[in-house]
Amino acid sequence: MNPHDHRPGDPRSLHPSGIEERLWHRAAGVALVELTQVSSNYGDTVALQNVSLKIWPGQFMAIVGPNGGGKTTLLRTILGMVPVNSGHVLMRGESLSRSSLQRIGYVPQLETIDWNFPITVEEVITMGFFVKNRWLGGIGDTERRKLYNIMERLNLTGLGTRHIRELSGGQQQAVFIGRALVGDPELILLDEPASGLDIRSRDDVIHFLHEINHQGVAVVLTAHDLNWVAAHLPWAVCLNHRLIAEGRPNEIFNAEVLKEAYSGELVVIHQDGMVMIGERPHAPHN
Amino acid sequence: MEHLKPIERLETLSNVMSFLTPFDYEFFRNGFIAAVVIGALCGFIGVYVVLRRMSYIGHGLSHAIFGGAVLSYVWNINFFLGGGLWALLSGVLIHWVSHRRWVGADAAIGVVTTSSFALGVALISTRRTFTRNIEAALFGNILGITQRDVWIVVIVSLLVAGALFLIRRPLLFATFDPEVASAYGVSTGKIDLLFIMLLAATVLVSTQILGVTLVAAAIVIPPVIARYMTQRFQTLLIVSPLLGAFCGAAGMFLSFSFDISSAATIVLTSAALFILVEIILLARGRKPAPIHEHG
Repeated sequence: MNPHDHRPGDPRSLHPSGIEERLWHRAAGVALVELTQVSSNYGDTVALQNVSLKIWPGQFMAIVGPNGGGKTTLLRTILGMVPVNSGHVLMRGESLSRSSLQRIGYVPQLETIDWNFPITVEEVITMGFFVKNRWLGGIGDTERRKLYNIMERLNLTGLGTRHIRELSGGQQQAVFIGRALVGDPELILLDEPASGLDIRSRDDVIHFLHEINHQGVAVVLTAHDLNWVAAHLPWAVCLNHRLIAEGRPNEIFNAEVLKEAYSGELVVIHQDGMVMIGERPHAPHN
Repeated sequence: MEHLKPIERLETLSNVMSFLTPFDYEFFRNGFIAAVVIGALCGFIGVYVVLRRMSYIGHGLSHAIFGGAVLSYVWNINFFLGGGLWALLSGVLIHWVSHRRWVGADAAIGVVTTSSFALGVALISTRRTFTRNIEAALFGNILGITQRDVWIVVIVSLLVAGALFLIRRPLLFATFDPEVASAYGVSTGKIDLLFIMLLAATVLVSTQILGVTLVAAAIVIPPVIARYMTQRFQTLLIVSPLLGAFCGAAGMFLSFSFDISSAATIVLTSAALFILVEIILLARGRKPAPIHEHG
């Protein structure tokens, strides 16, 4: 599907699982985030090239592509952390501002976290309140109720005083999702939330994300595992500095698109409405 | 004491009184208050210094202040004024050079602080009249603390602690997760600059007591010990200053009893406590969590 073909309400955008009867299809037409012909560089290296993309309220989207293909840069551009050389980024039709950024939650790669930092689960999640209540004032009853509510939703009840290193991979990811949630975001950006997790933890994470998405929060994540994306996410964007394809995973994950994105031959198998992607084995060395 | 005989009671009372004897001397009282307050302040700011991996900056800033101390003496300016301005300038320079990314932060600190220290040494070599004051700057002169110095120490400590309290949220966020803090609108650059200025002020008031060569130990050792005792950041912020204050107080008594340099005794007390905690943890078979390794 052409990246710019999809419209809110377009039945082709629906995921076969039936979980997609959500807000973004009924949106009034103003995208939550809109990137128009955005280009950005890191020094002399092109990170993004003329990327146009719309994220709708309540949408659940994966960004896939090779290492160094601009996935994280795209998230950082939406957060206003990367200077844009050309094009523009709008949130609900307006330029990015501090108040608009308060509506976005961000979950970094777990690899960037210092796991020996002396900090507990509660202390990490509470940081999410700092976005709105930056300087003075303690955490009141309202915030505390909200904290416990979020911990319950993320299956973290009773783990508040535990050090973050003592949790499983899925629980650790849940803690940082919790921190992003306490600011009541309309959109959560997650940088490789499934990276380095075992199957059970990845399952927990996608479960949390579906729960959040069902409550109307748009979720955009980057991922490397195309099969995981195809199995769990209704919408995917294929990026290699420029936007190569956008659409339902079982439509855009084809040999042609993946070859363009990854510059390599991948085996794509379609069966019963599902898609599976595998590497083409190399001939063994003699 | 009711079960003791009258003579034993007198002996016990006498022991308690002898314990308090040092407080008869004004120099000890002043030094004691300054050591406890500075110990607590260094322990407090040290939590952030250690977690932000800035131990080398603390060490470097104290050496940089040496240049300012000598200049203050040469130009006959108040130490706190001259040294303070010099410390702030050094802090801003370190921040500026390390954020330009021409060189790494460690190299930036090395350039700024050793240059400043070298300036102090060069000035000393041209004048031979203030050896005693320079020795005090290098190794501290806690027993030469006047009541006015105590007030300065207390006021600066309150101001630094108050500022740290005010910025505690963005500072914690920027310390734990700078990338996300920045995404959430925390001005990490400004926070870094403010923090380094507060650190410079801490090092400045501590230098007169501990000397430029020993300040870094007072900043680093208490939070490292406290880190072994707790996994909780808020608890760390309480335990570390308490340990710093305890080492200051114990160090002063030991220094008086054994007639050893006060600054050195305070640092050695911290080091002894550190070794003791290590031994206890090893004996219990509990390996302390490494502070600077990623899991």
